[in-house]
Amino acid sequence: MKLRTFKKGGVHPNDKKNLTKDKDIRILNNVDEVIIPLSQHLGAPAILIKNIGDHVEKGEIIAKSSTLISANIHASLSGVISEIKKITLQNSVESDAVVIKADTIQPTLFTEKYDFNLLSAEKILDIINSSGIVGQGGATFPTTVKLSIPKEKNLDYLIVNGVECEPYLTSDYRLMIEKTDDILNGIKICQKLLNPQKTLIGIEANKIDAFNLIKEKAKGTEIEPVLLKIKYPQGDEKQLISALTHREVPSGKLPLDVSCVVINLGTIWSIFKAVVYKMPLIERIVTVSGECIENPSNLLVPIGTPISHLIKECNGFKSEPDKIISGGPMMGFSFYNLNLPVCKGTSGIIAIKNEIKNKKTNCIHCGKCVAACPMGLQPLQMYKYIVNSLYDKANKIGLMDCKECGCCSYVCPAHLDLVQSFKLGKKLGRKK
Amino acid sequence: MKIISSSPHFHNSDSTSSIMLNVAISLTPAWIWGCIIFGSKALIVMIISILSSVLTEYILNLFTKEKTVTDFSALVTGILIGMNMSSDVPLFIPIIASIFAIFVVKWTFGGLGCNWANPAISGRIFVFYSFTSAMTKYTIPTILTKNSVIVSEASPLSLIKTAVTSGQSNLKSSLDILYSENFPTTDFAKFLSSKTGFNAYNIDAFFGFIPGSIGEISKLLLIIGGIYLVLKKVITIHIPLSFLGSFSILTWIFGGIPFGLGLFNGDVISSLLRGGLILGAIFMATDSVTSPITNKGRVIFGCGCGFICFLFRTFGSLPESVSIAILMMNIFTPTIDRFIIPKKYGLIKELK
Repeated sequence: MKLRTFKKGGVHPNDKKNLTKDKDIRILNNVDEVIIPLSQHLGAPAILIKNIGDHVEKGEIIAKSSTLISANIHASLSGVISEIKKITLQNSVESDAVVIKADTIQPTLFTEKYDFNLLSAEKILDIINSSGIVGQGGATFPTTVKLSIPKEKNLDYLIVNGVECEPYLTSDYRLMIEKTDDILNGIKICQKLLNPQKTLIGIEANKIDAFNLIKEKAKGTEIEPVLLKIKYPQGDEKQLISALTHREVPSGKLPLDVSCVVINLGTIWSIFKAVVYKMPLIERIVTVSGECIENPSNLLVPIGTPISHLIKECNGFKSEPDKIISGGPMMGFSFYNLNLPVCKGTSGIIAIKNEIKNKKTNCIHCGKCVAACPMGLQPLQMYKYIVNSLYDKANKIGLMDCKECGCCSYVCPAHLDLVQSFKLGKKLGRKK
Repeated sequence: MKIISSSPHFHNSDSTSSIMLNVAISLTPAWIWGCIIFGSKALIVMIISILSSVLTEYILNLFTKEKTVTDFSALVTGILIGMNMSSDVPLFIPIIASIFAIFVVKWTFGGLGCNWANPAISGRIFVFYSFTSAMTKYTIPTILTKNSVIVSEASPLSLIKTAVTSGQSNLKSSLDILYSENFPTTDFAKFLSSKTGFNAYNIDAFFGFIPGSIGEISKLLLIIGGIYLVLKKVITIHIPLSFLGSFSILTWIFGGIPFGLGLFNGDVISSLLRGGLILGAIFMATDSVTSPITNKGRVIFGCGCGFICFLFRTFGSLPESVSIAILMMNIFTPTIDRFIIPKKYGLIKELK
């Protein structure tokens, strides 16, 4: 059987998922303090509506969505707000953060089930909006915005992203294995909202047991899992759309322009919990992995838990890591401060030895980056322009289409800082 | 201490030096074969070429306080220059070629990656036109001379060229010329020829029992080296295939003209096996610095090489074609890269 995949570029890093592939999701207890940043999503920070000293309940809203592209933020544990401080998040965003000292006895909430079939589409969208759900693949785009499509528009495809192409990460895989029914119901909720012609779940071939499980349970529904060839960055929505529908999203446009909506699997689970259990987005699954972690695990943690706590739960470090990464190793951010919290978009915490030695040479014009670029750009040319501060020229050949997936840097034999220069070029180019 | 750096935090562990080392490894069987055939003279030429290139790079490093000698590109240049020398050249010639290649062609333009011409090719051309007679003197391997009394100092290619330009019109192909000169063949080739029906001269040329430059004689080992490079993803097959393909087609169509045979009568196989064509197409034209970055561009580059090489071979007056063809296409590489660009994702629907 020939598996589908996207056409242009792509690389094959070692997926290293075996470290946590067979580890059940563990619930992290005994968190005594959570730090909840107000800017965990793409768009404007939420506006704080509580004060120092206030007592908040688990799931209570503490900051309200400020504009259209923003999201509500809820208390992930019951407790007292002890401090409001400025922190610098893993992705170098500065944000105010609310510190909640948790009560020793936490209430048992969100156990009552509601039938989503009785709810209207508007009501469901309202629940999703107030639950502060954002995309949990890493981009943290507010889900409400994605799901509110114009009434007159007929959607061809609802695509569920179960690709998880980043090495090490297994949280979506564990969700598919352990919470299959929840996921399928979550997808049904989205179907009700969007009325798509077809619903596809993209799953890469290294998660074949999850594929088989979903295929069996989805029999008789309108949900169709599709097995895809292993290739990074297939989990990017543009590549996933190309792999599943052979459509290409035009430059600067949204998937909706080609009549597709792509939702991450973790987000689907959050939608399910929000609609069925009325539980806002206050917890998420984080893969803690890497060669330096003693006991790599998949943990279900309250949002705002300090990362040091997660590492302690995994029995600490086996050996001193050179790098700690938030997210996956291809697109994640390296950081040093272990007191930073888990945010809505934190899919993994990876502790590794540094294998990239500095072997930087001149560009040898080999064209490997051009062949690897999934967007069909010319990384070496853009790099040359940015190094020489010619941002307009770099923009002209597609700098803004670059999504920093890291394929070019991954293959570059000259070890040039391609992705870094593109990030810089985008910022400086915008300023001008 | 934690390292903070930009994503990606993974690398496929390729590096410039690993690429250059792979090229050096893939070249090794071919030049060792040359040393076996031509003896210790050839080995000395190789060693002198490699040492002078690497030493030039090292001395230049002392000036610029860089450390580019460890990227092994000078090693590859040295090997290629040695492979392009006859085993009989005076030893100052490879030294001059190496210094010219590393210092003038590469270093003055800014070092590895900034040169517009392939250093090894330019070095060869420089000494070829400076010391033409020394560069075109080839010994016939001892394995051939034991069957024959004639000891010619020319390679088959220059024999053919001389015969064609002097207008011996009664000879109908390049192989006829070799027959008429009583050019020797090995017993092995005669045996294989009687079994398979292939021409004995071509069999010798394929396995490497012919006079020529040290590295170019064994086509078999060069092709094996090329396959190794393709498997290691150092080069793509686009340039060698389009180079040899376009050359073959043109030779087949027009190659008979100098012999008065008209169109579609060229002798493709023996043309492919003569001279440094295989060496050039697999190892010199594919030099990443001086060839295009896209596969489409590479095909254009290869076809251009094939075309120019064919012109010089068939209608030129000097037996020097491959390196000139590659050098000329090197000039076009930036232009090809400027106009042949990959198709961007999502561009189809961007109609205005």
